[in-house]
This record gives sequence, C-alpha cells and structure tokens, in this order.
Amino acid sequence: MKTTYREAMRAAIRDALQRDERVFLMGEDVGAYGGCFAVSLGLFEEFGPERIRDTPLSESGFVGAGIGAALGGMRPIVEIMTVNFSLLALDQLVNNAATLLHMSGGQFNVPLVVRMTTGAGRQLGAQHSHSLEGWYAHIPGLRILTPATLEDARGMLWTALEDPDPVLIFEHGTLYNVAGDLADDAGPVDISTAAVRRPGQDISLITYGGTLPVVLDAAAQLAGDGINAEVLDLRVLRPLDDAAILGSVAKTHRAVVVDEGWRSGSISAELSARITENAFFDLDAPVGRVCSAEVPLPYAKHLELAALPTAERIVAAAREAVGARG
Amino acid sequence: MTGTSARGSGSGDSDHTRHLLHQMLRVRRLEEQCVELYSAAKIRGFLHVYIGEEAVAAGVMSTLGPDDAVVATYREHGHALLRGVPAGAILAEMYGYVEGCCRGRGGSMHLFDAATRFYGGNAIVAGGLPLAVGLALADKMSGRSRVTACFFGEGAVAEGEFHESLNLAALWQLPVLFCCENNLYAMGTALARSESQTDIALKAAGYEIASWSADGMDVLAVEETARRAVDAVRAGGGPHFLELRTYRFRAHSMFDPERYREKAEVSRWMERDPIDKLRKALEAAGQLSDKDWKSIQQDVEAEVKAAVEFAEAGTLEPVEDLTRFVYSERSPQ
Repeated sequence: MKTTYREAMRAAIRDALQRDERVFLMGEDVGAYGGCFAVSLGLFEEFGPERIRDTPLSESGFVGAGIGAALGGMRPIVEIMTVNFSLLALDQLVNNAATLLHMSGGQFNVPLVVRMTTGAGRQLGAQHSHSLEGWYAHIPGLRILTPATLEDARGMLWTALEDPDPVLIFEHGTLYNVAGDLADDAGPVDISTAAVRRPGQDISLITYGGTLPVVLDAAAQLAGDGINAEVLDLRVLRPLDDAAILGSVAKTHRAVVVDEGWRSGSISAELSARITENAFFDLDAPVGRVCSAEVPLPYAKHLELAALPTAERIVAAAREAVGARG
Repeated sequence: MTGTSARGSGSGDSDHTRHLLHQMLRVRRLEEQCVELYSAAKIRGFLHVYIGEEAVAAGVMSTLGPDDAVVATYREHGHALLRGVPAGAILAEMYGYVEGCCRGRGGSMHLFDAATRFYGGNAIVAGGLPLAVGLALADKMSGRSRVTACFFGEGAVAEGEFHESLNLAALWQLPVLFCCENNLYAMGTALARSESQTDIALKAAGYEIASWSADGMDVLAVEETARRAVDAVRAGGGPHFLELRTYRFRAHSMFDPERYREKAEVSRWMERDPIDKLRKALEAAGQLSDKDWKSIQQDVEAEVKAAVEFAEAGTLEPVEDLTRFVYSERSPQ
C-alpha cells in the first residue's frame, strides 16, 4: 500500500492503542490540535481525551508522569515536540528513567516509550533543529531508536512498547513526508540490529535516521563512478550492533560515518573509535566522518545546507577513502 | 482553601497513640545508629538523618494502606522504615551489601522496595513529584482506589518540577497527597532567603489544590490532618497538599558545619521534640506508665540491635554482577 512515514507512525500508534488498553499517548498538542507534525491526527477523535492526552507545556512534568505511569503498570507513549525541548526533561530521562532499575537493585523497571522529532533541514533555526540523539546514546539504561524507513516507522513502536525498559524514538523531521510502498501486513520489527540498505563491497557508509536517504543518494552517485558502496543503517544507537558494523567493515575495508550531529564528542566519534579498536587491521584507509558543521543551526537556507551532511560531501569523503588505497 | 488543622488532642485511642510514639522512636534510634555507624566508617557516601522530623513520616504513614504508594526524598530512612521496609535491609543497604533493600546499588539516598510500593529514595530535589503524578495517573486510568503520598522538602518548592507536578495533578484530578516537610532550610538556605512567598500552602492553593498546614512536631496533628486528606483523595477529591512545619535537629548531612543557623534556634526547636512531647502528654494523661515506656524502648533497642547484626553479617555482591540491572533481564527483542 502507498503510505508515508507520518502515516506509518500513526498506524503504529493506533495499532498499539488497539492491542493494549494500558497504552496511551501523552504530550503537547497530541490531541485536539492533531499533533504538531500531524502524526496523531484523528486519534483524539478515535480514542478520546484519556488515551490521547494533551499536556501543558511542562516537559519535565509529563515525561516524569510517563515514568510514574509506567511504574504504575501503564504503557505510556510520551511525545516531545522536538529533541531541543527534551532538554527540559533531561532530569527525568537521565536521573530517573535510566537509573531506577539499577538504583533499586532490579526492583523497578520503567517500560516507557518517548518519541520526539530531531534534525534540521526545515529552516527552523538553532532551537528546533539539532540532532542530540547521540547524547542520549551515551546513557546506560536507555535504548535509542532512529527509524529511517517506512517499515521501521510502522514496526519499531510496538516492539519498543514490549521492552521492559525505557526506549527513546527519534523521528527526523524531514522524513515525515517520505512516501512509498509498505506491505499491507507490515508489523513489528526488531529493535536491536542494524540493517544493510544497499549491499556493496568497496566502502561502508554508516548512518542512521534522516541522513539515510542522503547517503543512499550519495551511494547511487558513487556507483556511477564505479565505486560500489555498502549503506548500513544503524537503526539503533544504543546498544550499537557491533557485529553488523564490524562485519561490514571486514568486507569493505573502508568506512565513512555520516551523522547529522556535531563531530566533537559524538556518536560518529564512538563509531569511529569502535571500528579502530576492533577492526584496525581490516582497514585500508582511515575512518572518515561527515558531520554537521559545529555551529548552532542557522535559519538562512544556504547556510543551513552548508552546515549539513550533503550527498556531495559524502561522495567526496568516500572518494577520499577509496583513493587512499595503498 | 488554606487553614491550620486542629491540634492533636491526644484524646484518641491510647494504644494507637503509644503505637505512634513507638514508631517515632524506631526512626529516632535507627537514625542515631546510622550516625554512629557513619562515624565508624561502616556507612559512607552522603547521609541525611531525619532526627527531629519523625512526627511527619509517622503521622502520614499511619494513614496509608498497603496498596498505596510512597515517593520520598534522600532523607528517607524513616519513611522506608515506617512504610514497612525492615530495618536490617535498610542498614545493609547503607553498608553496601547485597542483603540491602537495593542490593547495595542505592545506598542511603536511594532506598526502594517493591513489596511496600516504596518508590525511593529520590536525590534530585523535586524529581520525585512527577513520578508521584504518574503513579497516580496510572491508578486513575486503571480505576484503582489508591493514594500516592509524595514527600519533599520546602526546598523543592523553588523547582519547576514542583509547579509542573501540582498543575498536572490538579488539572487531571489525580489521587496524590503532596506532603511538604517544611524544615525551614534547603540545605543551608533559609526559606525567606529563597522564596518570595514563604507561605507554601498558599502556593498549592494557587493551583486549586486543597491545602492545609499542620504542626509537624505534633504527630497527632499530622495524623489527623493527613487522615482527612487521604480520605478525601481516596474518595476522588483530587490531589491534596499538606505543609508540615518541622525542623531538622541535626546537620543537613554529615558534611555540614551548620554556619547558617544559630544554636539558640536549634535549641528552641529541640524543646518541641516530637517524641518528648508525646511521651509527656501520654504520661500526664496517665496513658503511659514507666513500664510502658521502658517496654517501647527495649523493643526499639532490640530491633536496632538486630538490624545492625543483620547488616554486619551482610555480603558483597560479586563484582561480576556489576552491570546487572542496567537493563531488565528479560531478553530484549
């Protein structure tokens, strides 16, 4: 069936609400407004204000309430408008959701799912455009998902709700309008493995989330030059699928990591370190990275574009890695 | 909606009143033992004791049922004990032993106990309030008639999470009992130096929450006010707020040189010691004989002694288990 990323996500939420009466959606403008990115459009009318629960602008309060509700036996889906706003709830996410199981010696797990948009590309400026999922991937106790495809938009949520521990789902804002075909019986998918989106043998392009389409575009351009790139979609930033990452590098002997986050202290740095630590002797070239320029994301279109990983920059980095063949 | 409750009359059932005296003394002696054990380096980390404030936890806890939930702060040994967590498991936790109520992973500031629905042990000031709101939301959505009692100090009132939580609880009419233990100092900062409005009950009333103050040095007054509030919450009356005016006799933690308050002030408050006060009232009413008091003391001594022995006999969790409980042990998909 023809669908969009937004509709696939909505179908996932609707499915979860139908399958489990403990599930409810809570967040700013998820109900009467229809969701700030229209993901939950129509669900308020279908499921009512108890289960599609509009909240005041109090990220820490309602994320914490989600944690408490999860402790109390519910299966909340908490929506935060953007990753930038999630910083107002960092205390609850990091000090409570991620720690309660351990601090309590295994007594209190937190089966909470938090969804939020992330990423740039829509000229929203420096307070609505950042990619901070890599920060969250630093935190033990959290699982970090970055659905980049229609299948994952449709399938990750249910599996996340079955996880006994907190799961954060990052939806890149430029993906919502991506349209395509989705199997009529599309359903839950795993939330622990990376996926090869384009097999190749010359270089591994490792990415996730909103930059997956950009990397696939770059891979198509590289193919025109006779460079056959493998595109690995991480899907899960914590825990990382080391086997898939190292397996791809063992095959291609070259890697470029593409991450919309900033380079310094980033998930791309973590990936580069793991490859270097574990596959050093497989490498025929240094691990490359294409990240966002280290600036707060600017508003002006040309400046924003200049700050982001583009197919052109990815192609250049891949060519450099391949050209380094000794 | 603010008002001061009637003072405890001491005219209730005398067995029950002696029980409250016993409960307060249990907390007092356990805390004194903790201080000793800290000085002996058996307990490490930060240690915050509840000496002077016992009437608050004793009065509120006695109004809760087994299905209710409790969310507390890092000064929570007394709350855990009175909620039903065994003293031995509390002390063993502070020793860092696997026999502790959190297997030694929490320590003094992070006591948790699933069996008694005791949700910490929260050491981020005001961080427990949203959890209490969520626990109550789950109860309301599930149609359960439970109360979540949430303890916090007056320092929490300055945090955004306090205001967000009160607003949510009132907006959604959730069964939360907010219990503000106003001991006048947020660590070393006096209330008047941190709040433009020092009438805390008034702040809660601003959220349309029924809000009462009570003398936190009088366990009967606390209990009476808490019982009214718990009954109202359980009957579907929405959240209620108690400001319990109390005082911490000891330093904030074992590292506090107490430069911020006068010794004379501490002495004045110690004259209102909730345990002495109730004991004398019971004695004056002929409801507590020397024999009764000795029996309570002996009982408490025996409990604390047994708890120390339990903790002393504790064992260390194998280091190989370090990374357990970061994620649940049900296999992830």
